Amino acid sequence: MEPVAVTTITILPGKAKDGSRESFEEITIHPGDMISIVGPTGSGKTAFINDIEVFACGDTVTKRTILVNSEVPPDDMVRDPARKPIALITQNTKCLADLTVQEFLEMHVKARRIADESRTESTIRLANEFTGEKITGTMRMTALSGGQTRSLLIADAISISSAPIVLLDEVESGGIFKENVIASLKSHKKAVLFVTHDPLLALLSDRRIVMRNGAVGAVLQPEGREKKNLSLISDMDVFLSRMREKIRAGEILDDEVPVR
Amino acid sequence: MKLLIFAGPPSAGKTAVIRQIIRQLQNEFPIAFLKIDVVRAFEDEELSKEFGIPARKVYSGDVCPDHTGILVLRDAISWADDLGAGILIVESAGLCLRCTPYTTQSLGVVVLSAVGGTNSPLKMAPMIALADIAVVTKVDLISQAEKEVFRERVREVAPAVDIIETNAIQGSGLRFLMKAIRAAPDITAPDEIVLRGMPPLAVCTICAGKKEIGWQHHFGILKTLDSADDLYRGE
Repeated sequence: MEPVAVTTITILPGKAKDGSRESFEEITIHPGDMISIVGPTGSGKTAFINDIEVFACGDTVTKRTILVNSEVPPDDMVRDPARKPIALITQNTKCLADLTVQEFLEMHVKARRIADESRTESTIRLANEFTGEKITGTMRMTALSGGQTRSLLIADAISISSAPIVLLDEVESGGIFKENVIASLKSHKKAVLFVTHDPLLALLSDRRIVMRNGAVGAVLQPEGREKKNLSLISDMDVFLSRMREKIRAGEILDDEVPVR
Repeated sequence: MKLLIFAGPPSAGKTAVIRQIIRQLQNEFPIAFLKIDVVRAFEDEELSKEFGIPARKVYSGDVCPDHTGILVLRDAISWADDLGAGILIVESAGLCLRCTPYTTQSLGVVVLSAVGGTNSPLKMAPMIALADIAVVTKVDLISQAEKEVFRERVREVAPAVDIIETNAIQGSGLRFLMKAIRAAPDITAPDEIVLRGMPPLAVCTICAGKKEIGWQHHFGILKTLDSADDLYRGE
C-alpha cells in the first residue's frame, strides 16, 4: 500500500498546566516549513512535539489533537512506525541497539522494505556531513558519541525513514554542524519543527512558537524583520565555533581570534 | 467477565500498563486483579489502594510461578465472578521467558520494554508468539529508527501479533489496547479453559528444593551428560 501523501498537519489547542484552554485557533504545518519552538525549561516544548509524534487525540496530558490532511489520521499511519510520516530525534543521544552501524541501518532498510542496497552507504555519507567525528559502518551503535548518534539518526530520518516531517529536540546540544542539518533538511523539502535554545537556529526558522506554562503563548512570524540580527548572530556563531574548535584541539588562545 | 492475562519480563512495565487499563476502563467494567509472584509483590496493595478495586496475590515460593498461576487460575475466575467483576486481570511474575501463560477464552498480552535490546524479542519468542497483543513500552526513550527495528524483531517472532507502542506512564498509544479489550469476548465456559501452548510448567525436584547435584538424586525428567535424549525416572 502506498503511503498517503501528507499535505498538512494541524494542531488543535489543548490545555495549559493551570487547566485553561490554549488561545490559538489552530497551527497548520506544510511541507518545507521551518518552525522553531522556544520557551523556558518546563514550559512544554518537548510535550508539544511529543503530541505531534504520537498523533495526540485528546489522550495526552495536554489534551491537544493532531490532524493529518485536516482529518483524524488513519489507524495504520498512527500505529505502524514504517507508515508514519514523522521522525522524532530526541534529546536522548544514546542508541540502545547493540549492533554495528551497518547492521542497524540494514535492519531499518529491511523494516522499510527498501530495495536500494546503496541506501545504508548514502546514509552514512550524509551523517558524516553533520559531524566532524567520522562514522563508519563497522562502528557499534552503542559506542558512538552523542554527536555521532544524532547525526546518524537525522541522516536516517532523511534518507531511510524519508519522513516528510522531522521533529528535532534541541539538536544544538549534540555537538553537530547544526547549520548543515538545517540546510540538508531544507533541501529535502522536509517540514521541520525544532525545539531550541539557540538564537541562531531560532532566527533561521520562518515561524516561532513561544511556549509558556505548558501552552502555546504566541506564534511569531517575523517575515524578514529579524534579518539584521540574523546576519549578526550568524557571524558570531562562526566566531564562536572557530574558538570552540581551537579549545577542543587543546590550543591556548593567546592571540586574539579574528571576529570575521 | 473478560479474562486478561499479562506476561512479560520484570521491569518491562506490566503494572504501568495495567494501571492505565484500570484508570481508563474502571467506569465501564468492575475490575478485579490477581498478581502471581515468587517471593514479594506489592502490586495488589498498590492498585487496591489507588483505585479501590478488589486485588490479591499468590506467592509461588519454591514452585515455578507460571505453574502456580495455572493451578490457581480456575479459583481466581470464581473469586472474580462472585465479586461481579467485568474484567479479571492476571499479572504473571515474568520470570521464565519460555513460558506462555495465556489460555483460551482470554486476551493474552505480552509487555516488552523497548530498551531491552534489539534481540530481546528473539530471546522470549514463546512468550510473544502465543500472545494476542504485544505492548512495547518506553518508546519515548528510543529513536524512530530503533522503534522500527524493534518492531521488525517482534514481527520475526510473531508475524500476526498486534503491536502497540506506548509510553505507559503517559498512556500514549494505549487507546488501541483499550479498543481491543472492549472488543474481547467474555469467558463462556470457564471449565473448558486450557493453556494455549505447551510451556515447560513441570515442577522439578530442584524447583522443589532438592539441592544435590547429579541426576541420580532426582526423579522426573532427567538428563545425563552423554545421552542425547531425556530419560524418565518415576517415584
